[in-house]
Amino acid sequence: MKTKSFEKFMEIIFLISASMSIVAIILICLFIFAGGIPFISEYGLSNFLFGTIWKPSNNPASYGILPMILGSLYVTVGAIILGVPIGIMTATYLAKFCNKKLYKILKPCINLMAGIPSIIYGFFALTVLVPIIRNIFGGTGMNIITASILLGIMILPTIIGMSEASIRAVPGSYYEGSMALGASHERTIVSVMLPAAKSGILSSVILGIGRAIGETMAVILVAGNQARMPAGLTKGVRTLTTNIVIEMAYAADTHREALIATAVVLFVFILIINGLFMVVKRRGLN
Amino acid sequence: MNKFIRFIVKLSAIITFGALFFIIGYILLKGIPNIRPDLFQFKYTTSNVSLFPAMITTLMLVALALLIATPIGVFTGFYLVEYAKKGNKLVEIIRMATETLSGIPSIVYGLFGMLFFVIKLGFQYSLISGTLTAAIMVLPLIIRSTEEALLSVDDGLREASFGLGAGKLRTIFLVVLPVAMPGILSGVILSIGRIVGETAALMFTLGTATKIPNSLLSSGRTLSLHMYLLSTEGMHVNESFATGVILLVIILIINGLANYLGNKLTKGR
Amino acid sequence: MYKFVIKNMDLYYGDFHALKNINLNIEENKITALIGPSGCGKSTLLKSLNRMNDLVEGCKITGDILLDNENIYRSDFDVNVLRKRVGMVFQKPNPFPMSIYDNIAYGPRTHGIKNKSKLDEIVEKSLRGAAIWDEVKTDLKKNALKISGGQQQRICIARALAVEPEVLLMDEPTSALDPISTSKIEDLIQELKKNYTIVIVTHNMQQATRISDKTAFFLSGEIVEFDDTEKLFTLPKNKRTEDYITGRFG
Repeated sequence: MKTKSFEKFMEIIFLISASMSIVAIILICLFIFAGGIPFISEYGLSNFLFGTIWKPSNNPASYGILPMILGSLYVTVGAIILGVPIGIMTATYLAKFCNKKLYKILKPCINLMAGIPSIIYGFFALTVLVPIIRNIFGGTGMNIITASILLGIMILPTIIGMSEASIRAVPGSYYEGSMALGASHERTIVSVMLPAAKSGILSSVILGIGRAIGETMAVILVAGNQARMPAGLTKGVRTLTTNIVIEMAYAADTHREALIATAVVLFVFILIINGLFMVVKRRGLN
Repeated sequence: MNKFIRFIVKLSAIITFGALFFIIGYILLKGIPNIRPDLFQFKYTTSNVSLFPAMITTLMLVALALLIATPIGVFTGFYLVEYAKKGNKLVEIIRMATETLSGIPSIVYGLFGMLFFVIKLGFQYSLISGTLTAAIMVLPLIIRSTEEALLSVDDGLREASFGLGAGKLRTIFLVVLPVAMPGILSGVILSIGRIVGETAALMFTLGTATKIPNSLLSSGRTLSLHMYLLSTEGMHVNESFATGVILLVIILIINGLANYLGNKLTKGR
Repeated sequence: MYKFVIKNMDLYYGDFHALKNINLNIEENKITALIGPSGCGKSTLLKSLNRMNDLVEGCKITGDILLDNENIYRSDFDVNVLRKRVGMVFQKPNPFPMSIYDNIAYGPRTHGIKNKSKLDEIVEKSLRGAAIWDEVKTDLKKNALKISGGQQQRICIARALAVEPEVLLMDEPTSALDPISTSKIEDLIQELKKNYTIVIVTHNMQQATRISDKTAFFLSGEIVEFDDTEKLFTLPKNKRTEDYITGRFG
């Protein structure tokens, strides 16, 4: 009987542990939203979201985060344009073109790529990419293009990992069916295998978007961080994430609340992206 | 057409792996010559720019965060795989929670840690604030890998153990856990990597003090934070490279280990 | 003398009626074989005898199963004690990924035996009982996964014997084995009958005729016929039994 009650006790411990994730997510939502929403309702949602001027030091202070929303959007789109095709093609290479021996070396490299700290990517971009871009386009070299290239590289492992898995999950009979009709290996892959894996590939892209929007410390080093409406590909921008880091250290009162409100906007974006991801994934399963 | 497809696919792979090897090679090449004994002085001063305190702080933070996150994560895995019934609503909610947690950007974790641990609970910028924030961050990773590892264990083993009259706990700890261990460990090791590489979530929780924290309630900085602060100051490029080398080496070892354990799990099936 | 008495038993998996009105008496120190096509419910019945079906979600049982006149489905019946008394050998050899010694000692340790010399004694006795002692006595520390499939299955039998059960349930114990290993296991089962009551599920009708005393023929969750093995195979009373044993069955 003693062991019975101990079994029950441990089951409850496991259940409590399992509930911790729920507690964590509730606490995070609570504190972020509670910290930001009062400011948003006071300042006005549309003033906040669509205001084009961010000048906390003005009198009265001006907290429009449209520049940062657009900044995040531009660098993310840039990253997608560069990273998605390369990522999907690399995934295709790993799944269908590369031999087993090479694969055994390359696959851990993708995991390694995912494990390299953002700060290393950022520092690399700062010391290598920025001077190159400066030489080509002039200016400081810290701009949308630089940030896009950097993020394009950083989202590669996310896209490659998941796309490769979904390409591999396509039943072999599809491949044989197409080959039996006389199609070449390459044609079969492009016109049969990739379309069949599209929901997995799409989820990988969504995850990549999430990673790009959420990235902070690498972007901060190369994006220029000017809090103004984006003025061109070769001009600096500030993203939602960097806005928080740059000013949080010295912000107080309303200014601080405005930064937490920035995090609310970022968080909502991420929740939408997560939701999309779950929907696509679930549809892929059915 | 075939040749073109082949060319594009190979070119993409070359770009991807080229970028990776270039980044690693560049950091190592520029960093290794800059590693000097001064960097490992016990105390940081503006003249020696020692990274030693940051190394120790990183170690402390990783150990403490794992001490909290590993049991919670592994127990969650136990619950999800070994106890919960199929179609259980709670399981669905827990899955959604962990999936959402794993998508939250580090800066949001950082802000949350600041609002909750630093301000609300009054821990200030401190080791404990950083630890708790990091623990929540890696929780989904540990849960996910535990779940996968447990699911890969042959049900025949569980049946055999129950068939001998063993209870659930005995079966889990003596039969299932040893088989699943490599998978769980590789998740834990990847979590180490995640914490070591983290910056944004720690800046406003752990703080940026340059000394080794002497209590749970004092501030410090990890290697990544150290590297970030050096590179924004712009005066210590060489030291940044050197820190980058140390970070890279840690990550290389961690990934190698995780990869080795991952292979072991697939072989053990 | 009946070891198990099954009375008016029905079993459902969710909405699926898997066993219908089962009445069966299992004699002590005899081998009872359960035969029939796949999906007929024979393995399901076997698993209800030590309540392994408890692990299956949505499984519901009505009626009585009595072990030595005690209803094993009574709410205060300790399942772990039941499984100690009624051991089980599975279709696929499933030794734990640990040493041979630890495999055998797992059960006794589970039930509280810690004394080293006592455990040594049980391990030797069980391995001898499963006719594998001579083959493994020099490397008891060897990982049980590193020996052949037939040896693994005998390790699993030894493991089941180590908890000193009264009944052994065997779920197609030779279906994953080669003919030589199979005949070794069959000899062993004959031998074990002296001390244990054995219930065996088998696909192989020759095997049932070779080793069992009693045979029950199952079809679609019902017992069609239950008799002495010799009678059932030579003079089946039921047409469907005859069709099945003569191979005329779909």
